[in-house]
Amino acid sequence: MYEAVIGLEVHVQLNTASKIFSGSSTTFGSEPNTQASLVDLGMPGVLPVPNARAFEMAVKFGLAIHAEIGTTSVFDRKNYFYPDLPKGYQISQFDLPIVGRGEVDITLENGDTKRIGVTRAHLEEDAGKSIHDAYDGMTGIDLNRAGTPLLEIVSEPELRSAKEAVAYLRVIHSIIRYLDISDGNMAEGSMRCDCNVSIRPEGSTALGTRTEIKNVNSFRFVEKAINTEINRQIEILEDGGRIIQETRLYDPDRDETRSMRSKEEANDYRYFPDPDLLPVVIDEDFIQACRDTLPELPAARKARYIERYGITEYDAGVLVADRDIADYFSAVAEQSGEGKLAANWVMGSVMAELNQRSQSIHDCPVTTEHLSDLIGRIKDQTLNSKTAKIVFDALLANEGSVDDIIEARGLVQVTDTGAIEAIVDSVMTENPEQVENYRQAPGDKQGKMLGFFVGQVMKKSGGKANPQAVNEILRSKLNA
Amino acid sequence: MSLSGDDLARVAKLARLGLTTEEKEATATQLNGILALIDRMQAVDTDSVEPLAHPLELTQVLRADEVTEHNQRDHYQRVAPHAQDGLYLVPRVVE
Repeated sequence: MYEAVIGLEVHVQLNTASKIFSGSSTTFGSEPNTQASLVDLGMPGVLPVPNARAFEMAVKFGLAIHAEIGTTSVFDRKNYFYPDLPKGYQISQFDLPIVGRGEVDITLENGDTKRIGVTRAHLEEDAGKSIHDAYDGMTGIDLNRAGTPLLEIVSEPELRSAKEAVAYLRVIHSIIRYLDISDGNMAEGSMRCDCNVSIRPEGSTALGTRTEIKNVNSFRFVEKAINTEINRQIEILEDGGRIIQETRLYDPDRDETRSMRSKEEANDYRYFPDPDLLPVVIDEDFIQACRDTLPELPAARKARYIERYGITEYDAGVLVADRDIADYFSAVAEQSGEGKLAANWVMGSVMAELNQRSQSIHDCPVTTEHLSDLIGRIKDQTLNSKTAKIVFDALLANEGSVDDIIEARGLVQVTDTGAIEAIVDSVMTENPEQVENYRQAPGDKQGKMLGFFVGQVMKKSGGKANPQAVNEILRSKLNA
Repeated sequence: MSLSGDDLARVAKLARLGLTTEEKEATATQLNGILALIDRMQAVDTDSVEPLAHPLELTQVLRADEVTEHNQRDHYQRVAPHAQDGLYLVPRVVE
């Protein structure tokens, strides 16, 4: 049996207004090269000047993962030739990064917590984009993205499965969203992931030869790419072959990884300190100012929700993963005073609907006021679970307030025993055969048979009868 | 240490330099001169010396996160050998 050894390099685009070394805008999706200044174009004679906000964001991330902050950090040149990198080098950090050793906790499938080391996180500039195939014999270059600040977060090779890798990536994503230092949108490339994967015989402590899968752009693909690569490596070793250290690309259409031969030879970056930039010294005041603005982070919020709302650890974990959903949930829980019901509705109906529509919680037509009113009406027994769902769907369709919908659709739950008795009587009159069968049946079969009558009564009442009352009345009348 | 012909070829390739035979010889001589100087520096005991990232004993000034550049694409693209649809065009790069 083999064990996988996985480390991730996560590139996060920081959401500063301007670039890391120039005053160009970082807005996504603008006309090509309209946000590429002389510094971004790599013109001779220009000087980069670092963006203070990028440092604040990096320091905040460092504090969030309990890392050492590099009070002196140095920018280096990473040299390689590619047309979307017009200077011929990327400004990055090598020996002295802004964020040193830190750690994050991930939750495993069995509910256990595992601590994953973060080796470092450093600031660097993003490259531009190449457009192939559109121009006869030429490649088009758009440098709008060149110089966008990136925080590259490097994990220790402590992940042991694709699932652990995804859990780690989700924690990183959650932290950067809580800190609001990036939109974390993997589809648009504002968060990208390189996966270093090797395998070794279980029980061995030596590391196998690793491959690096570049630029995987969704959580699902990270899991699939790693599993595919693990299987490929196992097959090679089983056949008596040898793994070659190389860079590979994941092709989601074919669910396979492929060698990127073109990049192999260039893997000699000849880092050296960038003479255009002096060492950046961060003092304790700067760090303290960052610490003072740290929001409550997911782990702390999870503990608070369990304590305050009495919800399960699993539910709390799901709810806090996305800061916006967590805010939505806690607003509903506070307004309605019903933490558990709020958790059930948010995790069930609300999140399911958002997933289906691929929408964010901000676009949800059901406001926190709506949902807490709805929960209030369940609590005071105006609605049962069936009619509550009808109201929820009507809220999604913007049909007005909870009480308006209840009134307009006549959904007030019937708890009046007289009215329910009348319906029960008519159902029994219409189904004499079933009544007879029920009465003849042994006690342990009757429970199941009761369902038929409950269904008929609920149907006749338009779903509005209180199910507990219906059950009680039916039992007493049938057993009479 | 001194550079072999292979070392020189590799360094030239990484730097995208096409050197003629004469240039190779001259470059090897120059680079070996630099390496000899480095060898002499390596002999100095630097155990108690902090690594130096920059010869100026100053620290970097940071700028505020403000957009100060505006679109001058047309101006910049006037010096580009090829541009089309707002893109700079370069000889095809095959991934």
